Amino acid sequence: MLDAAIIGAVLASVVAAATTLLLASLGELVAERAGTLNLGVEGMMIVGAAVGYVTAYGSGSLLLGTLAAVLAGMALSLVFAVLAIWLATNQVASGLATTILGLGLAGLIGASFVGTQLAGAPQLHIAGLTELPILGKALFGQDAFVYVSFLLLAAVAYTLTRTRIGLVLRAVGENHAAAHALGHPVRGIRTLAVMFGGGCAGLAGAHLSLAYTPFWAADMTAGRGWIALALVVFSAWRPLWLLGGAYLFGAVSILQLHVQGFGLGIPSQFLSALPYLATIIALVVISALKHGRGAPASLGVPFVPDR
Amino acid sequence: MGDVPDPPHALLEAVKLTKRFGSLVANDHVSLAIRAGETHALLGENGAGKSTLVKMMCGLLQADSGELLYEGTPIIFPDPASSRAKGVGVVFQHFALFDALTVVENVALGLPGHQPLAVLAARIDDCVRRYGLSVEPYRRVGELSVGERQRVEIVRCLLGDPRVLILDEPTSVLTPDESENLFRTVDLLTDEGRAVLFISHKLDEVRRLCHRATVLRGGKFIAEVNPKQESSASLARLMVGADVPRTPRVAAHALGEPRLLVRQLSVAGDGSRGSALHDINIEVRAGEIVGIAGVAGNGQTTLFNVLSGETRVEDHESIVIDKVAAGGLGPTERRALRAGFVPEERLGHAAAPDMRLSDNVLLTTHGDGQIVKRGVIHRSVLFARFQQIVKGFDVRFGGKDPKARRLSGGNLQKFVIGREVLRDPVLIVVDQPTWGVDASAAAFIRTTLRERAAQGCAVLVVSQDLDELLEFADRVGVMCEGRLTAPVPVAETSREAIGLAMGGAYGTHSAAGEGHHAA
Repeated sequence: MLDAAIIGAVLASVVAAATTLLLASLGELVAERAGTLNLGVEGMMIVGAAVGYVTAYGSGSLLLGTLAAVLAGMALSLVFAVLAIWLATNQVASGLATTILGLGLAGLIGASFVGTQLAGAPQLHIAGLTELPILGKALFGQDAFVYVSFLLLAAVAYTLTRTRIGLVLRAVGENHAAAHALGHPVRGIRTLAVMFGGGCAGLAGAHLSLAYTPFWAADMTAGRGWIALALVVFSAWRPLWLLGGAYLFGAVSILQLHVQGFGLGIPSQFLSALPYLATIIALVVISALKHGRGAPASLGVPFVPDR
Repeated sequence: MGDVPDPPHALLEAVKLTKRFGSLVANDHVSLAIRAGETHALLGENGAGKSTLVKMMCGLLQADSGELLYEGTPIIFPDPASSRAKGVGVVFQHFALFDALTVVENVALGLPGHQPLAVLAARIDDCVRRYGLSVEPYRRVGELSVGERQRVEIVRCLLGDPRVLILDEPTSVLTPDESENLFRTVDLLTDEGRAVLFISHKLDEVRRLCHRATVLRGGKFIAEVNPKQESSASLARLMVGADVPRTPRVAAHALGEPRLLVRQLSVAGDGSRGSALHDINIEVRAGEIVGIAGVAGNGQTTLFNVLSGETRVEDHESIVIDKVAAGGLGPTERRALRAGFVPEERLGHAAAPDMRLSDNVLLTTHGDGQIVKRGVIHRSVLFARFQQIVKGFDVRFGGKDPKARRLSGGNLQKFVIGREVLRDPVLIVVDQPTWGVDASAAAFIRTTLRERAAQGCAVLVVSQDLDELLEFADRVGVMCEGRLTAPVPVAETSREAIGLAMGGAYGTHSAAGEGHHAA
């Protein structure tokens, strides 16, 4: 009944679903490690999806669409950064505003493209490897976004732990007053970190609208930005844990689809809610285990140097 | 060193610096010159403007007027990085360290450019050996004691090869032994021709260590003197502007019932440093002041919270207030036993910063049955009590009934002490009664507590200020790593014995303590 081909296809779709989350949460992780909580991920992601789709549709180039999505995510994150970092507004309120703004903007940008479709990003094919049973398609038959997400994960993990800029970034998130006293540009570093987060969220949006489901719908992010935010907490702000969290969540969200397909008599609404339920349970368990440790000490606290 | 002639001018000099914060003039035409090979003291009470001056000298703040001279030429430090590039290193009172990072990482953050952590760790080891500081490069800063953290800060500064090293209240968090080590390091540094600015209000230290002293009072330059030719009293007069009253010794009076009994009290702690308590035993009788000395972060905060009822303990019998087992009672119930509590942190713990003073009176008096009756606040009674506190305890402020955050530290502390004392308690527990309070207010607070004790109140004082405890406590115990030595009469102990116990040498002090109890 469950032959290798089906399992292989399911695994491949888990990877695809997890990639969006991994991209978005990696960016948010960097922003939070620098001390800024940006609740605008959902908004930046959907704007990236809309701008990416529209650009790719108009130009016919997926690469151009992806670049536009990244820039759009960065632009929206810059709005947030100006408010929350330079004007020291409340980060939660500013982040929520960013999400609401993003959802509205994306609806506007994509309004005339509803119902259209794109070819979608091509999938890799390596003769011999992609045909391997079970893991072949999951590992060697994906689109470029998947491989970019792995590269990005490695780059972020390496930068945070092994380089000076990573050390400075962590220091800024840990104790901004001390970092300032040592002469590090706290607000500049935070702005760059938030913009990196915006770029990643835009990229995640592009993955959605250009590869995962290559069409445009106004609510196509469907809360993935919020899941990405939760994953950062889930990972205790560590990139490798983030990988595990994103794939766990991707797996639950794909498997519930297949369970619905089997017709087990479980209400479909309950099954659709499973991923979110899994997130809540994971968060509760993690925070109970770790006393919320691992959070950057200055997370969410605006920095205002005295004059 | 003797054979090196004085340089023609100072290494770093502040000339008539002025800094205003709103209507407050924090520094009013203040001048100060730091010379190579010298340890220069900056003396002044809290609020005299020492920190503001230092921040301007290292680029953290910009002066409104006046100028900085570096080797005689005017210079502007737009940020701390630029002052560090010129060889000005600062060790702040509140350390600029990152708890979650290791010592090496903390040091790397203070140095320009990138160097491999392994190379840096080796340089730290070199520096540690040369200046007699002990620091382990790969430990997490969050696990270190306050003294160790300070050494990390100093090592970080020294690796930048500073010509001027500024130490902001360096000994306020050290045991006497650790202070001695620090002084030796400072002497080595000036022998190498570096200049040290030593900020302090401990006069004996300044007289011992420093070649010159600049005194500030109320944001103004008062004098530059040679501390070795001054007495502690004359320096104090310069700082305060008047003679500092000493707490009068009260004639011996009979001690009454035990008002506070702590027996075999242990608390697990939350895993952070200095949060656990091990087998604490204290007896405070009516009429006496018992002091608890110790370096911050050795369990004092937990002890206070456990005594005040903010943290409850499982063994209800381990805390007895006026013959009632109180370990399971909350703060209001303990106040109903006529106990009063004054926590260390004034704004946010003892008083609500954004509430008016009169409303702050209510925070601890609501359960006494006089101001609040059947759930209704009687504002006239409340206001009468408020006036009584303000007049009786010389609380000074602008306006009729300002928010708590607008008061100076000393005045707010007098207010909080007055609030508790006027509840007529049989037991008062005070954490850091005079921390950050100017000398005259501190003397007033000590005298008040002394008088209450003479009238039959039991007083427990937790303080990091050893001189204060020796001056006005009857018995003193020492906390170190969550353990308390048995309190011994002040007359039967010495600074040295207490200092040793503060550093964790239990034997000496507690042996004397046991002898006392057996007697």
